[in-house]
Amino acid sequence: MPIAVVLILLVVGSLVFHFLSPWTFTPIASNWGMIDTTVDITFVVTGIVFVAINLFMAYAIIRYRHREGLTAKYEPENKKLEVWLTVLTTIGVAAMLTPGLFVWAKFVTVPAGATEIEVVGQQWRWSYRLPGRDGEFGSVDAKLIDPENPFGIDPGDPNGRDDVLIDDAIVHIPLGEPVRFWLRSKDVLHNFTVAQFRVKMDLVPGMVSYMWLEPTKVGEYEVLCEELCGIAHHAMRGRVIVDEPEDYQAWVDSQSTFAEIQARPPGDAALGAASYAVCAACHGAQGEGQLALNAPKLSGQDSRYLKKQLRNYKLGIRGTHEEDVYGRQMQPMAATLVNDAMIDNVVAYILSLPDTPAPATISGDIVHGAKLYVLCANCHGKDGQGIQMNAPRQAGMSDWYLLSQLKNFKQGVRGEHPYDLHGKQMGFMARTLHDEQAMRDVIAYINTL
Amino acid sequence: MAYVAIADRDHDIEHHDPTTFITKYIWSQDHKVIAIQYSITAIFVGLVALVLSGMMRLQLGFPDSFSFITPNNYYQFITMHGMIMVIFLLTALFLGGFGNYLIPLMIGARDMVFPYMNMLSYWVYLVSVIVLLTSFFVPGGPTGAGWTLYPPQAILPGTPGTDWGIVLMLGSLALFIVAFTMGGLNYVTTILQARARGMTMMRLPLSLWGIFMATVLGLLAFPALFVSAVMMMLDKALGTSFFMPAIVSMGEQLDYDGGSPILFQHLFWFFGHPEVYIVALPAFGLVSDLLSTHARKNIFGYRMMVWAILAIGGLSFVVWAHHMYVSGMNPYFGFFFATTTLIIAVPTAIKVYNWVLTLWQGNIHLTVPMLFAIAFIFTFTHGGLTGIFLGNVVVDLPLSDTYFVVAHFHMVMGVSPILVVFGSIYHWYPKITGRMLNETLGKVHFWGTLLGTYAIYLPMHYLGFLGVPRRYYAMGNTEFMPESAFVLNQSITISALIVAGFQLIFLYNLISSLRNGEKAGPNPWRATTLEWQTPDTPPKHGNWGHTLPEVHRWAYDYSVPGYPDDFIPQNVPADPSIPAYDQGSHGPDHGTSS
Repeated sequence: MPIAVVLILLVVGSLVFHFLSPWTFTPIASNWGMIDTTVDITFVVTGIVFVAINLFMAYAIIRYRHREGLTAKYEPENKKLEVWLTVLTTIGVAAMLTPGLFVWAKFVTVPAGATEIEVVGQQWRWSYRLPGRDGEFGSVDAKLIDPENPFGIDPGDPNGRDDVLIDDAIVHIPLGEPVRFWLRSKDVLHNFTVAQFRVKMDLVPGMVSYMWLEPTKVGEYEVLCEELCGIAHHAMRGRVIVDEPEDYQAWVDSQSTFAEIQARPPGDAALGAASYAVCAACHGAQGEGQLALNAPKLSGQDSRYLKKQLRNYKLGIRGTHEEDVYGRQMQPMAATLVNDAMIDNVVAYILSLPDTPAPATISGDIVHGAKLYVLCANCHGKDGQGIQMNAPRQAGMSDWYLLSQLKNFKQGVRGEHPYDLHGKQMGFMARTLHDEQAMRDVIAYINTL
Repeated sequence: MAYVAIADRDHDIEHHDPTTFITKYIWSQDHKVIAIQYSITAIFVGLVALVLSGMMRLQLGFPDSFSFITPNNYYQFITMHGMIMVIFLLTALFLGGFGNYLIPLMIGARDMVFPYMNMLSYWVYLVSVIVLLTSFFVPGGPTGAGWTLYPPQAILPGTPGTDWGIVLMLGSLALFIVAFTMGGLNYVTTILQARARGMTMMRLPLSLWGIFMATVLGLLAFPALFVSAVMMMLDKALGTSFFMPAIVSMGEQLDYDGGSPILFQHLFWFFGHPEVYIVALPAFGLVSDLLSTHARKNIFGYRMMVWAILAIGGLSFVVWAHHMYVSGMNPYFGFFFATTTLIIAVPTAIKVYNWVLTLWQGNIHLTVPMLFAIAFIFTFTHGGLTGIFLGNVVVDLPLSDTYFVVAHFHMVMGVSPILVVFGSIYHWYPKITGRMLNETLGKVHFWGTLLGTYAIYLPMHYLGFLGVPRRYYAMGNTEFMPESAFVLNQSITISALIVAGFQLIFLYNLISSLRNGEKAGPNPWRATTLEWQTPDTPPKHGNWGHTLPEVHRWAYDYSVPGYPDDFIPQNVPADPSIPAYDQGSHGPDHGTSS
C-alpha cells in the first residue's frame, strides 16, 4: 500500500517540480524557437503517458493488493485492447516525430546567402576564420599548421589571401542574418555550443562539419565545448558577440587578413630598444626581472604570450581588477605602445636579450610538485618551456611571479575579465591547487626543469 | 545418425561430477557455481564503480574541495565508472550471472551444453576484470577518455592514461568479448538444444526470452567493439591511421593521416546501442516473471511480449546513429535514425502496458521483489519517455551532451536494470542459498534506493535544460548557470551518497542471511517455473536427480479457474478438466507435450 501512495506522490511531485522548477531552458537567442516548440509537444505527450501509466499502476495496486479471499483473474490475452494500445501509441509517437522531422529538414538546409564563419578548435582554445571579400575560404591543410600559420592556410591559394583570421576565442556575428558555422578541428573532437542558440555540432579533425542559426538578440554569449576533449575540456570557453549588422561590419573591417598578417614586418629590435627604456626601469636592463619591484623576468618568454598580454593590458582585459595592484601598474606602461608595430618591436627587443634562468626563490616538496605538474605539462610542456601555439614558458622564469599569478588566478584577480578566456582557463587550473603549499610544491618542481 | 534431443538421451550424457573442493567450487563446470562466481565478481567490480561515482559526485557537488580529485582523476573516474557499470557489471551479471543460473534450471536441463567452455568463460572474464583494474596501478593510471573511448583523444596527450591505461582498457575489452562469446554461444545453444520435453520456445518463461535475445544481440554486436578495439590498438601501437586523420597535437605535427574518427563512432555505437538492450532485455524478462509470480496472475499478452522482445532486438541494430546526431556525420542520416528510434518506442511501450495490465485484476503480494518490480516500471517509464526527447533528432540538438542525457541513460539503463537485479536477487536468493533474505532490511534497502535515485536523477534532467554540459570537471563561472543550479548539484551529490550508503544494507543482508536467513522451502513464492520444482534446494549438481522434468504447460498458469492452488507448475501434467490456456485452440502454442 505505501508503494501506491508513494507512486502517486512521485507523479504529483514530478509535475510540481516541473512547473515550479526555476531550472528551465536558458532564454533563447536564435531562430530555433521551433525546437523549443517540439520539446513542448514532446513534454505534453510524454507527460500524459507518464501520469496515466503510473496513476493507473498505483490504482491497480490499491485495488488489487492482496487480501484474504482475493483471486486474480486469469486473462492471458486481450487482442482488442492490445491492438488499441498499439495504435494509440503509434499515433502519439508520430505526433512527436513529424514536427521534429520538419524542423530537422530546416536545420540541414542552410539558407542561401548566409554569413560564413569557420570555427577552429584545438586543445583547448577556439579561433575563427571568415572568408573575406571574395566570399571563399582558402584551402587548408593540417600539415601546414605551425606557429606562423596556425590556421594551416595554403599560401598558394589566392582565395586564402583575404581570409580574415581571428586568433582569439571571441567572435562577432550579425543580428538577424543566417550564419553558417563551418566547424574544423586541429586535434581531437570538440563541440561548438551556445546554450542560448539551442543548436550544436561536433568539430571533427580530418573533416568539416556545419550548422546554422540566425541570432535574434544582441548580446554576448558564452561558448562551451560539449564533446570531451581532454583534461581541460571544461575550461575550453569562448564567446560569441551578436552585433547589429553595421557594428558587425566595423568589427570585421578591424580584423587582419591572412595576407596582411603574412606581410607584417617582423619586429625591429633596434626600434624596440627605445620603447623598452620604460620597461627597463622595473624589469631590468636585461629583462631579468626584479623581485623588489614586483617585475618578472621577460627575457626568453614566448613572444606570442608577451604580445597578447601587452594588448590585454592596453585594452583593459588585464590589470583592471582592484586587487591586482601590480597589474594595474602595467596598464599605463602598456599604453605607451600606441600600435601593434610598437608592441612587435619591443617584444623583438626583449627576445634579443640574454636569457639567463631566473634565480630560484621558492622551495617545496618536489615529488608532490611533480605529480601536480602532470596537469600543467599538457599545455606548458613537460619541460616547462611552453608550447608556442598553446601556453607560455614557466621554467627558468621568475618563480615568485608564478606564485603570485597562481594566487591571482585562483582568487579571480586575474582571468575573470569576460574577454580573457585563456586567463579563465588558468583560473580553473589554479583552483585545482588546494593551498599555497601545493602552489609552492609545483613551482619548486618547475625550478628543477 | 538421426538427431536425438538432449532431453531424450539424458542417461547417455556424462555429467563431469565434481569430486574435489577445487573442481566443485573453483574450477567448477557447474552452471550454478559459475553463475555465483560471475555474480560475485560483477558485484565486486560494480562496488568499485559505485565508489568512483561517489568521488565524481563529490567533485561536482563541492568543486575544488577535495585535493585528491584532480581533472586527471575525475576523467579517469567517469571513464572507469561508465565502462565497469555497463560492461563488467550489468552485462556480466545479467548474462553470466542470471543467465548461467537460470537457463538450465528454467528449461529443465542438467547443465549448459558446453560446461567446460562455460568455466573458461568465467575465468577469462575474471582476467579481463583484473586487467582493467590493473590500470589503476600503472604509470599514468587508467584511461580518462570517457567510456566511449572516442579517438583521436583516447590515444593522444591531453587525456590521462594514454601510456598504459588505454592499452589495458582495450585489452580488457577484447578479453571480455572472448569471455562473452564463449558464454554466449553456450547460452544460445543450450536454450535451443537442451530444453526438457514439452518445453517449446513459446512456453519459455520471459526471463529466458530476454536473456536469449540479449545474448544473440551480444554475439552480433560485440564483434564491432572487438574490431574497433583492435584497430585503435594498432593506431596507438603501430601508428596506423584507421581512426586518425592528420593532426597537430599540442603544437606538434603527428604522423597520422587519412583516418576517420567518425568511423570509430559508427563501430562503437553499432555495438553500443544493442548493448543498451543487452542490458535491458534480460531486465525486461526477469521483471515480467517477478510481476507475474507476485501478482499471482499470468503475464498479460505473452505472445506480444515475445514479439516485442524480438522486434526491439532487431530494431536495436538500425538505430545506432541516434547517438551521433551532433557528431558531424552527414545530417541527412538524422531523418532515418530518428524514425527508426521512435518506432522502437512502440514495442517498448507495449511491454510497459503489458506489465501494468499484469497487475490489473491481479492479487498483488507486495513482497520485496514485487516492490522492486513496480519501481522498475516507474523508473523505466520515466527513462523510456525521456529517450523520446533524445531520439527525436531536433530535440536532441539542445539536449545532447548535457545532463539531460546523463539523467536519461541512468534512469533507463542504470537505475531500472539495477532495480530488476535487486528484485531478482531477493526473488531467487532462496533457491540459490536455501534461505530467505531479511524482509525488513530488504524494504529499507528498497525505499532508500528508489527515493534516493529519483532525487538524484529527476533534477538532473533540468540541469540539462539549462544547458549544463556533461563530462565537466567543474562549471566554474558559467554565465547562464544560476547560483541555484550549484545548490541543486550539491543536493544531487548528497542523495547519491545516501543511496550508496543504502547499498551497504543490501550487502549486509546478502551476507548475514546466508547464515541467519529464515529457511526457505523449495518454492517459497509458489511459482510455476521449473527452477522452483527441483528435488533439492539449493539444487544439487545435475539439478534434477534421477529424471529430467517434463513440461506440460506455459510458464504462467497462475490463478487458473477451477484449480485448487493459485499456481500450476509447468511440470504438472495436463488435466482435461482444467481449461489451461495453452491447451486451447487460441493459445500461443498447441503444445507438444507427450
